[in-house]
Amino acid sequence: MAERVRLMIDGRVVEAEPGTSVLAALWNAGQRTIRSSVTGEGRGAMCGMGTCHECQVRVDGVPHRRSCLETVREGMEVRTDG
Amino acid sequence: MAEPFDAAVVVVGAGPAGLAAAAHAAEGGASVLLLDRAPRPGGQIWRHRATPPRAARAWIDRVERSGATPLFGATVIDVPAPGCLLVEHEGLGRRVRYERLVIATGARERFLPFPGWTQPGVVGVGAAQALLRQGARFAGRRVVVAGTGPLLLTVAAALAENGARVVGIAEQAPLGRLVGFGRTLTRHPRKAAQGLGYGTRLLGIPYRTGSWIRSADGRGGVERARLTNGRREWTWDCEILACAYGLVPNLELPRLLGCETAGEALALDEVQRTSVPGVFAAGELDGIGGDALALATGGVAGTGAAGRSVPAALLQARDRERAFAVAYKRTFALRDELRHLAGPETVVCRCEDVPLGRLESCRSSREAKLLTRAGMGACQARVCGPALGFLRGWAADSVRSPLEPTPLSVLEDQR
Repeated sequence: MAERVRLMIDGRVVEAEPGTSVLAALWNAGQRTIRSSVTGEGRGAMCGMGTCHECQVRVDGVPHRRSCLETVREGMEVRTDG
Repeated sequence: MAEPFDAAVVVVGAGPAGLAAAAHAAEGGASVLLLDRAPRPGGQIWRHRATPPRAARAWIDRVERSGATPLFGATVIDVPAPGCLLVEHEGLGRRVRYERLVIATGARERFLPFPGWTQPGVVGVGAAQALLRQGARFAGRRVVVAGTGPLLLTVAAALAENGARVVGIAEQAPLGRLVGFGRTLTRHPRKAAQGLGYGTRLLGIPYRTGSWIRSADGRGGVERARLTNGRREWTWDCEILACAYGLVPNLELPRLLGCETAGEALALDEVQRTSVPGVFAAGELDGIGGDALALATGGVAGTGAAGRSVPAALLQARDRERAFAVAYKRTFALRDELRHLAGPETVVCRCEDVPLGRLESCRSSREAKLLTRAGMGACQARVCGPALGFLRGWAADSVRSPLEPTPLSVLEDQR
């Protein structure tokens, strides 16, 4: 897999292998904390399979996307800061 | 225009059970539609990015040859009428009509609250494996694997193989029961061989039985796990704690349909029929039993859904795997101490941040919802429901549609 996908995570360019989930791309970029809970606690992924909603991010402006269910795409814009 | 999404048999879930059901139903002459939320077949156990594992390949090929129609990226969100599902696919709401339905929605992990379990870096055990298969790198990372069940070894081996430093494995079941389980494995050579394989890859990694996580400590993320065996405590430094207490079946769709449950599984008859006419179920909904039971129950359900009589050999294979599932359940039964890990400040409902202390006066999951919002967040009690089921003995509250958070546009614009 020579081809790499480039996406933006919170304004930073990150490269990922095609087929990688957005969650894995965040993980590989060293980001364990992904969202803020309703009382402001930092949270990261728990279930990795779309059940717990702890890994929600904004993808291309759309909020509440589960990053474990999203696959990286060239030019994708991911925001973990709301 | 033709209604391309309707079929005599609709199968929900394309893991081992759903694949087997779809293949058997289509081979039995039925028109079959196989739905899955994921972008490709395999379910959680056969999850892959490019190349499916060998066992999965055979079934994926067989489904292709059978003439069943697969539809991936398709999420069931409601049952608007008998014999009809509302499915979200590519941002649209589609009605799918069926004569017979096979539900093979699999299972999720059971998480139990302990101090620090909401810290980033605390994940499930299957979750760690899912992350790995999604492309997450673990090389050089220190991981503690804890909870219960054979999955701990599978995942620890996979993590070690991918360069993780597996600090230790903590299995809550006592050694005595594990030895007994080991003996039943000799009747299942394939499973015993798997066990040996993990054993060699896990050499040198501490494996503590009768041991469990007391807390995950750290600031802004887990830095160490505190463990106990009931007599002494110790810590293992790690940046990832993978911890889960077995699996619970995904019963939301069958419960919305009105299917009767039996304990944590569905009430099913000899040929995998639920209490609702025309609705069959297979795989983990039959009781947690792994891929072999899933394939066997899927085969029975698919054959039955196609209106064929089920061959005795298929039923015998199913019953053999059910016996294994019973031994599994006995071996990895959860110890009482796990009910008392969470303190009054420990968050139980992670979506609404409800601590255990606020549930003190509640007597049911319904009451907890009304008084504290526990179970009303995005996951709809999929995490805290089974946890409170174990901690408090509360039955799950009724299931409501939509089954998944759904954009309003999908509900408005149905075809």
